[in-house]
Amino acid sequence: MKWGWIPDHFGMLGTLLGQHSVLAFVPVLLGLLVAVPLGMACVRWPRIYPPVLATTSILYAIPSIALFVFLVSYTGLNPPTAIIPLTLYTLSVLVRNVVDGLRSVPESVRQAATAMGFTGLRRLLRVDLPIAVPVIIAGLRIATVSNISLVSVASLIGLGGLGQLFTDGFQRAFLTPIVVGVVLTVALAVVADVLLVVAQRLLTPWARGRTA
Amino acid sequence: MTFLTDVWHWFGRSANWHGDDGIPHRLVEHLGYSGLALLLAALVALPLGLLIGHTGRGGLLVVNLANAARALPTVGVVILVVTVVGIGILPVLVALVALAVPPILVNTYQGVRGVDADLKDAARGMGMTGWQVLVGVEIPSALPLVLLGLRTAAIQIVSTATIAAYVSLGGLGRFVFDGLAREDYSSVAGGAVLVAALALLSEAVFVIVQRAVVSPGIRQRG
Amino acid sequence: MRISRISLTVTAGAAVMAVVAACANSSNPLASAGAPGSSSAPAQTVTVGSANFPENVLLGWIYAKALEAKGVKVTTKLNIGSREVIYRQIKSGGLSILPEYNGALLAYLDPKATQLTTADVDAAIATKLDPALTILDPAAAEDKDSLVVTQATAAKYGLKSIPDLAPVAKTLVIGGPPEFKTRQQGILGLKSLYGLTFKEFKSLDTAGPITVAALKNGNVATADLFSTDPNIVQNSFVVLSDPKNLFGAQNIIPLVNKSVLTDTIKTTLDAISAKLDTSTLAGLVKKVVSDKDDPDQVAADWLKSVGLA
Repeated sequence: MKWGWIPDHFGMLGTLLGQHSVLAFVPVLLGLLVAVPLGMACVRWPRIYPPVLATTSILYAIPSIALFVFLVSYTGLNPPTAIIPLTLYTLSVLVRNVVDGLRSVPESVRQAATAMGFTGLRRLLRVDLPIAVPVIIAGLRIATVSNISLVSVASLIGLGGLGQLFTDGFQRAFLTPIVVGVVLTVALAVVADVLLVVAQRLLTPWARGRTA
Repeated sequence: MTFLTDVWHWFGRSANWHGDDGIPHRLVEHLGYSGLALLLAALVALPLGLLIGHTGRGGLLVVNLANAARALPTVGVVILVVTVVGIGILPVLVALVALAVPPILVNTYQGVRGVDADLKDAARGMGMTGWQVLVGVEIPSALPLVLLGLRTAAIQIVSTATIAAYVSLGGLGRFVFDGLAREDYSSVAGGAVLVAALALLSEAVFVIVQRAVVSPGIRQRG
Repeated sequence: MRISRISLTVTAGAAVMAVVAACANSSNPLASAGAPGSSSAPAQTVTVGSANFPENVLLGWIYAKALEAKGVKVTTKLNIGSREVIYRQIKSGGLSILPEYNGALLAYLDPKATQLTTADVDAAIATKLDPALTILDPAAAEDKDSLVVTQATAAKYGLKSIPDLAPVAKTLVIGGPPEFKTRQQGILGLKSLYGLTFKEFKSLDTAGPITVAALKNGNVATADLFSTDPNIVQNSFVVLSDPKNLFGAQNIIPLVNKSVLTDTIKTTLDAISAKLDTSTLAGLVKKVVSDKDDPDQVAADWLKSVGLA
């Protein structure tokens, strides 16, 4: 391990970290934006849930490298090539969580909300969704960590991110960038996970009292 | 549309079904790596999960470590181990086991923790020892979650074992990586389809196992 | 109340993303950290690409740094994994300049090509090249595919050249990049030109660490490595000579998308080609691969030493 290599390359490491973050987090955001309405639709019209679930299961089973390779022909060596497949993967994870979360609202709460005048969409948005937040965030945590790992696969075909450290270190039998890459990837995931837990605490103040 | 017919023809070409480079051989290799990795991961994670679930000690630490392990980049781990010990099955197994242990461990732990306290009380009241409680009550109750963990791990392993081909091993990933290098995109697609099909098949197998093994009394919860 | 809390968190999240995106420093992987760009520089940014092995990455940096020094605005997209991706990108303009190998490029454009000398190969390329592209002057430096064996293997079978493999090829495993199996400058040519049929072909990587490891472990008896690879000397591998010139000329040559070509670019790249010969290239590659120096630094240092930057 060439420890001196690390400070010499802070700039490059920062850039790669930034690229990696963008490629991992944007799909989570996009996936969430699609999964929430889609999940809500699946709860509202339960008949579409099985086909949606089946489609997302199939998507999730396709190896990421294959999806990246395909998209390169259409979207080139640009971020969308990584972002599109990762959004699809995120979607696959999140739809299930959104649906489970919405369905986990206790019947008594739902009835109380209706009694208070919350109906239909308003109830979904103001009551059900906030209660579903913990389950959704659990899914977000899995999707985020998973994406952070998958972005490294994209580097096998030349996209950016910390995966570049792996391919470069591999080619030259140079351990240092590889170790640094692994450590930074895990660190990024841990930070993202912590941020999501904090977000969960912020979004569900009613849960705090319970842990007494 | 011609692309889809290309892929169809790729599956149809008899040459692709024979020999070392044929679909059956690669399928067997892929199942081999996957099965071995799942077995090793289960051997590590199941006892550990049962232990900390049963005693309740060290749970938080282990769960957090497991979640951090989920963040390990598979490609990075494979490359790291290869650079240190050279090419072979070990780097791939290390990466796959590291990937599979967290879901099995966390789900097993949560499964055992989640067993109704009243149930455990009743069991102890009936005179069962700690060990008997574990085997007679906790494990059967935790089974749905344990199987879910194994199922999640299995699908991830099957999908990720594609990466073995990157370090010149066999498996279905060979169709993907060789196809990429030779610009034979029907091979890439064929490989992807096979991996996806295998992953879905694994999922189906676990669903069947779950139906068969989980006691009817608990099944509603799943 | 709850909605404002949610929207607050979402806004905070968006702010985090914006900061992160700013750090990502443009959408290009490995974007060069700022080009000088004088007032006489062409308005267009030139994108230098490379394949994913250290020598090509090094050459990419050499081109990029030399152009930057002449005031051209440069972005780098290095370490790309697939030749078809690379070629498609340079045709469409996603990449502007590539360090290529004339023999390999010709074989890609015309798998049936038989030209072997530098002049013939370059002429043939010119006829087969997509109209959007052009090649500049070739360098003297060559990096050829070569069949390599370990010292032990060479001693065991008395191997000095490729024809020496004839009596034993049937018992030997040969390794190379996946595409080696299906190309003329590979298994096909070894059969048609030298009459060699091997026991088995193993897909390894593009003359990289996996190939070196496979040779050392004995997983393969012979494999395809690049002639400038320092691993050959480091491991005392024996390069089998190629009397029938199966692996023909492989001069380093810039492939350029015509839309970005300016006189500045042409003279800069030609000047590099004039100064680059095989032993120089091999020395530079050794610095990157064996000494683990950074390719961009090695490139900059060399350009300075020959007065090109």
